[in-house]
Amino acid sequence: MGSPFDINGGACVAMVGKDCVAIACDLRLGMQALTISNNFPKIFNYAPSTYLGLTGLATDVNTVSDLFRYKVNMYRLREERHIAPQTLANLVSSSLYEKRFGPFFVSPVIAGINQTTGKPFICGFDSIGCIDFAKDFIVSGTASEQLFGTCEGLWEPDLSPEDLFETISQALLAAVDRDALSGWGAHVYIIEKDKVTQRLLKGRED
Amino acid sequence: MDKLVAQYSRPQHQNESYSEQEQQDLTESLPPLSLKFSLPPVDNRASFLRAMTDDHSNPSCPIKLAHGTTTLAFRFQGGIIVCTDSRATAGNWIASQTVKKVIPVSRLSRGEDKPSNDPTPGLLGTMAGGAADCQYWLRYLSQQCTLHEIRHKRRITVAAASKILANLTYAYKGYGLSMGTMLCGVTPQEGPALYYIDSDGTRLPGNLFCVGSGQTFAYGVLDSNYRYDLSVEEALALGRRAILAAMHRDAYSGGFINLYHVKEEGWVHHGFDDMNPIFWKTKLEQGEFSNVTSEL
Repeated sequence: MGSPFDINGGACVAMVGKDCVAIACDLRLGMQALTISNNFPKIFNYAPSTYLGLTGLATDVNTVSDLFRYKVNMYRLREERHIAPQTLANLVSSSLYEKRFGPFFVSPVIAGINQTTGKPFICGFDSIGCIDFAKDFIVSGTASEQLFGTCEGLWEPDLSPEDLFETISQALLAAVDRDALSGWGAHVYIIEKDKVTQRLLKGRED
Repeated sequence: MDKLVAQYSRPQHQNESYSEQEQQDLTESLPPLSLKFSLPPVDNRASFLRAMTDDHSNPSCPIKLAHGTTTLAFRFQGGIIVCTDSRATAGNWIASQTVKKVIPVSRLSRGEDKPSNDPTPGLLGTMAGGAADCQYWLRYLSQQCTLHEIRHKRRITVAAASKILANLTYAYKGYGLSMGTMLCGVTPQEGPALYYIDSDGTRLPGNLFCVGSGQTFAYGVLDSNYRYDLSVEEALALGRRAILAAMHRDAYSGGFINLYHVKEEGWVHHGFDDMNPIFWKTKLEQGEFSNVTSEL
């Protein structure tokens, strides 16, 4: 039996552009070699411009996304405002560390725009909550090594929303085409201050 | 009258079997197996090699071999269809999407790149399992078949060729060889013949085989649509469709569909085509693969 992170497969990537961020994931759900579903999105929405991507063990992806839906709903009721991406990052980090000695097998990625400052924000985590703040891009999942390569090669600073969509899509599609456990289509979100565009990418079906 | 009937009712190839002398020549002319491969200097080589190379039982094994495949071959009224995917993986890493998993065996069939569409005489072998094992031993088999052809002025039968390979894999049983191969050919003595040989030493004749990590998916399509009296067009389409299903569902199969038709005069190549356009065509035009979402 391999690592729990590699059983179901999946990939996620987030990128910063000029006054915008993008987050994208593949759609595969597998059991080792067998593909079970071609429609398993790994990106979840917690506020108008705050998104969380979760790769790893599918059962934990479901559990953790539901757990944060509950926690963010409670936050919104108490505070009477939407959660900022930075706040969600700290919530994710401390929630994951609560399971320090029996972690969830997930690698979360956050992308969003802070509505007070108007600044783009991305970050990634390991499975026990260490935050990785990045100015350029964050990758996670079974294709993360490939994603590092394609992102290093394609990303440049201050991309417009249109160019950022092109960059993140090409980076993800090229990466998952070299990974046996992810692919089968992708979702891409382009997040601007007051607009979010969601697109479906038709990837290779092998 | 009886004499006349007897004269014309002899089996067509009766005179083409091997005489006692020829059979002896055949067995003696095969060089003894050169076990000249260097082996690890430990007591139990077989289990040591397995521990070092089997990434299924031990994902962190030090020697990663290229694995993962779907290959199929089936006999039908018009000959034999051979179809494979083209992906090579090392763990989850896709090492190549353009592997040629159908290997022509025997000297005459070496003109792979010649432009003509004429059938090329000779046998075809498929490769599943360790890429190096398959390539090396099918090349060795090719050498033996060519030598047979020169010595006996006649092409080797598929039965004999498959037995050379099976004897060989049996001799190396336990040393960690990994191969599952199908040998196909049409000879005057046998007609269309198909054999499955693997690294355990198994050698089976049959009508229909699928080999590799995606074999179950290919069997699923093949078993539900296979008939012996398929037309050539139907058979080619069925081979292609079975591999397509396997490429889609099996993570370790994919890339290009490599399709061959073996008939009396030799084998004909029917393309090395990217699966993705074929997949979307099958989905959108035939309405198959309805599990795949194409709209948000």
